Amino acid sequence: MQQQVDATGFAMWLFLLTEIMFFGGMFTAYLIYRNWYYPAFVAASHQLNIFWGSLNTLILISSSFTMAMGVWSAQMRKQGALVLCLILTFILGLAFLGIKTIEYKEKFEKHHVPGAHYSLQSFLNPDSDQEAREAHDKPLPLDMARHTEIYFSLYFAMTGMHALHMIIGICILGFMIVRARQGAYTGGHVSFVEYFGLYWHFVDIVWIFLFPLLYLISRHQ
Amino acid sequence: MSSATIISLPDQSTARIPKTNFITKENGLLSWLLTGDHKRIAILYLISITFFFAIGGSLAGLIRLELLTPQSDLMATDTYNKVFTMHGIIMIFLFLVPSVPATLGNFLIPIMIGAKDLALPKINLLSWYLYMAGGIMILYTMMTGGVDTGWTFTTPLSTHYVNTNVLSTGLAIFVAGFSSIFTGLNFIVTIHKMRAPGMTWFRLPLFVWSNYAASILMVLGTPVLAIAIVLVALERTIGIGVFDPTKGGDPILFQHLFWFYSHPAVYIMILPGMGVISEVISTFARKRVFGYTAVAFSSVAIAVFGFFVWEHHMFIMGVSNYSTLVFSLLTMLVAVPSAIKIFNWSFTLYKGSITFETPMLYAFGFMGLFTIGGLTGVFLGTTGMDIHLTETYFIVAHFHFVMVGGMLMAFLAGIHFWWPKITGRMYPEKISQLAAVVTFIGFNLTFFPQFILGTLGMPRRYASYPEEFQILNVFSTAGATVLGVGYLLPILYLTWSLKYGEIAGSNPWQATGLEWQIQSPPLTENFAEIPIVDHDAYDYEWLEKMELAKKQHEGQEVSSVG
Amino acid sequence: MDHISPVLWQFLVKWMTNFALFPPEASKIAPQMDALYFFMVLVSLVGLTLVGLLVVGFSILYSKKRHPVAVQIEGSTLLEATWTIIPLGLFLIMFVWGSLIYFRVYTPPANAMNIYVVGKQWMWKAEHPGGQHEIDALHVPTGQPIQLTLISQDVFHSFSIPAFRVKREAIPGRYTSVWFEATEPGQYHLFCTQYCGTDHSHMIGTITVLTPEDYKKWLAESTSGMSLAQNGERLFASLSCNACHNGRPDARGPSLANVYNSKLRLSNGQETIADEAYLRDAILNPSEHVTQGFAPIMPTYQGQVSEDGVISLVEYIKTLNSNYRVEQTLNTTGLLPEGEPTSKSTSTPKATAPAAKGTVTP
Repeated sequence: MQQQVDATGFAMWLFLLTEIMFFGGMFTAYLIYRNWYYPAFVAASHQLNIFWGSLNTLILISSSFTMAMGVWSAQMRKQGALVLCLILTFILGLAFLGIKTIEYKEKFEKHHVPGAHYSLQSFLNPDSDQEAREAHDKPLPLDMARHTEIYFSLYFAMTGMHALHMIIGICILGFMIVRARQGAYTGGHVSFVEYFGLYWHFVDIVWIFLFPLLYLISRHQ
Repeated sequence: MSSATIISLPDQSTARIPKTNFITKENGLLSWLLTGDHKRIAILYLISITFFFAIGGSLAGLIRLELLTPQSDLMATDTYNKVFTMHGIIMIFLFLVPSVPATLGNFLIPIMIGAKDLALPKINLLSWYLYMAGGIMILYTMMTGGVDTGWTFTTPLSTHYVNTNVLSTGLAIFVAGFSSIFTGLNFIVTIHKMRAPGMTWFRLPLFVWSNYAASILMVLGTPVLAIAIVLVALERTIGIGVFDPTKGGDPILFQHLFWFYSHPAVYIMILPGMGVISEVISTFARKRVFGYTAVAFSSVAIAVFGFFVWEHHMFIMGVSNYSTLVFSLLTMLVAVPSAIKIFNWSFTLYKGSITFETPMLYAFGFMGLFTIGGLTGVFLGTTGMDIHLTETYFIVAHFHFVMVGGMLMAFLAGIHFWWPKITGRMYPEKISQLAAVVTFIGFNLTFFPQFILGTLGMPRRYASYPEEFQILNVFSTAGATVLGVGYLLPILYLTWSLKYGEIAGSNPWQATGLEWQIQSPPLTENFAEIPIVDHDAYDYEWLEKMELAKKQHEGQEVSSVG
Repeated sequence: MDHISPVLWQFLVKWMTNFALFPPEASKIAPQMDALYFFMVLVSLVGLTLVGLLVVGFSILYSKKRHPVAVQIEGSTLLEATWTIIPLGLFLIMFVWGSLIYFRVYTPPANAMNIYVVGKQWMWKAEHPGGQHEIDALHVPTGQPIQLTLISQDVFHSFSIPAFRVKREAIPGRYTSVWFEATEPGQYHLFCTQYCGTDHSHMIGTITVLTPEDYKKWLAESTSGMSLAQNGERLFASLSCNACHNGRPDARGPSLANVYNSKLRLSNGQETIADEAYLRDAILNPSEHVTQGFAPIMPTYQGQVSEDGVISLVEYIKTLNSNYRVEQTLNTTGLLPEGEPTSKSTSTPKATAPAAKGTVTP
């Protein structure tokens, strides 16, 4: 039995390694283009809302804490505490997604979603744009302004993939809450909770990398 | 062929397939479709892989038919483009990548290490369903117009310049990729955590080492293909510009992401085949593989080095000249372990006791054809030479030599070798030897002229070509016909053998290896009791002692009864 | 190459060409590449024969009938070392040899005549500096290094001349280049070798190699009027490049006289050589290529000028060794404020300009 537990844990670590390779491709693309088109990346990054981004970071870190507490509760066979921690993690996860929805909506309204309706106005005329004004951005030349679309492509690809992983995690959390209330994890078989915890922490760490790379380019306030 | 053979079958008049085995354990379709038994999953894979191979092979037939004449007269050029694209996608993702790992690997790895099943049986079943989902999506793609980007999905062609089913194909490959990742994951965890007591790493059969190395590649490389596909899909649908030069993107970035997986992919395809060859040569030479440690480490070396050579697919694409130095050098390094293996296998024959049953014939075919294929890879890894030879039929010949002359022969060697273990019955030896020879001849006739065509400059993926290339193309098509016969025969006689083949008994080859110490077909739980391993792999002396002990035991029983 | 008797070499090549086993050698690099090819074939034959002999030999000597009992041998470190080091050594020889050839093929000599080639679905357009345009064809003289500067208008293509043993990808977004020197008059295949869609198989053509006299004749017969540089000058004026790049001391843009292949210092401190790729990029993505001392005000011309147009502009800029003609176009397009005297002298490059205005070092 111990062999099985060990095996599943090892499998989860391996799976997280594949996830690193998966996100790694996008991080590589990001690093290359940021190096080539730095001014565009700065201007585009200033369009993101630091408040929401920081709040989300805080939320995710807290959710990792509640998840860790959940794992501890399971190991200590405290069913009530476990259910509470899982519910808190669940709520925090939803809050993260909620804030992301607000942010995405904003991007949509300002025509910063790459594709047919992408608008360069905020970058050609920073005075017309609140975020650009606050960041004291200078207008970008047209060709550099076009490269902001690459930034947003990567923004949506990376945060979108991250959000997808969050959604999957939240669904599994929902399932776990139901099972935890039935006592499934407090009778000595904690491995599911532990390994899910690993997954959740991984998703958190990806965000810890995404946040400074996407939100904190050259902020001087 | 020598009439000497090592085949040792039980007395056919009294022999029976064991009543309880993994096939008879449960009946009904659901018991197969919801199974966790690695052996049943292996058979599910075997059937589906053969199905997709048949489709891919038919597409190959269409290609060769078109190329009989210099004009593009058999089908519209668009159709031809779809045919070679689908041929590549099906053969690579639905046949070569899963072939040995998902069929033979799934079946044998737990048994070879002394375990009852893989570490994650449910994930194993999921792998098969993901494979089927990917396969069905490919069929859907084919039926709704196909895709014509080439299996390499070069951007910007695939993102902006074709209006065929790129998205559904990309999704299919994405899903099938997860099948591959989960299989590799399962193998790595199993090999690390589930070995029987006494089964140390250096007592493992080389088949396990090879699959382990391939699994590392599957787990680390496939996700990068996934992200490349996702980015192509996003670029095609909503128009992000990561690969679009007019938006500041770079199509060469796609090349890097794509080949970062697709080069390790070729090692995913060949390493398990090499594992089969180790087992077969050892058994039919009655000898421990020469230089066991070297061969084991070579497998891992190929896996590691294989990650660092991808740019050799891009030498003429305008990458920095200095970067080509690095990648060409590394390509030379990755070629060496394969050479080491070939020599080790050759020397396994030295002072052996060799017989020439069908698996051994396929193994010999592998050695010759893989040597040619591998050496021509060095031609291509040499930057200066690559300029002339790349993107021509030389490349087509090179990869068919390693993949079909190498991998497919190894697959057939393995299927024949372990057929008695899987089914409990022997295949018919004479016709299978004939099929092996026919395949070898057909293969050479098909693909050797293509080396010459490549040197002459005939580009690949051409539906029409200059007149002077016709004669070589005709040879190639003639060979393909012979090759087709060579592949059809096993399907026929192996199916025949399911009912009419001789009963094999547990160890018809008198081989070492834990799989040969259990009944054929095996029990669902593989072992009545988990073995304790106290001997190395390919220990023929141990085998002799065991056989002697068994005879004495039987002798005692008889005498105690009589 | 020098070690093989020329007679034997010619015989080998001729025989192989006649039997259509080998393409003709029609460029200076072809024999060099073929020498490497034959070396590799030889090594492969030796290797294959060795493996074949081992396998067949051992199979005969140690077949079960002849050798019923196998002898268990663990291995031999000496043998492992041998067949690791020897193949590695041979591969490294090939690596070095091949790299030398590779660098040779992709490092055009300074005196190469440049021909632009634009690939598009599904044809090749060659543009000679004298303004001759060819579709799916290329006429070149013998005895003259020719550089091809390639670009694609749409997807990846690959320009391949098997008889010359050269091939280079034409990609959208930037120039790639390759060079050769033809040695044998005749007609040779031109193929596109990178799959590019429906008519990939038909994106083929003919390379015609002419003696230098015949080539001159051909040039004269097929001129279509304006040379590339002349076309470029026309565009330079019509796109108002001359408004900023007029070579005057107070100009908003750096002078382009003698800028080709000069070393430039950019505003971000980097130094770069102003080759064709740089010039093209500076026209299409100017904000990344601001010369030091100038403001980043140049607008991008992406979408306003085709690849052919960019080629013409680049060719024009390459010919500028003074700003005289630029001044002329200013006159004709009336961009000068009224009353200002036009400069009649062949003004020297901005050697008199203060150093802060950008360093154009010839």
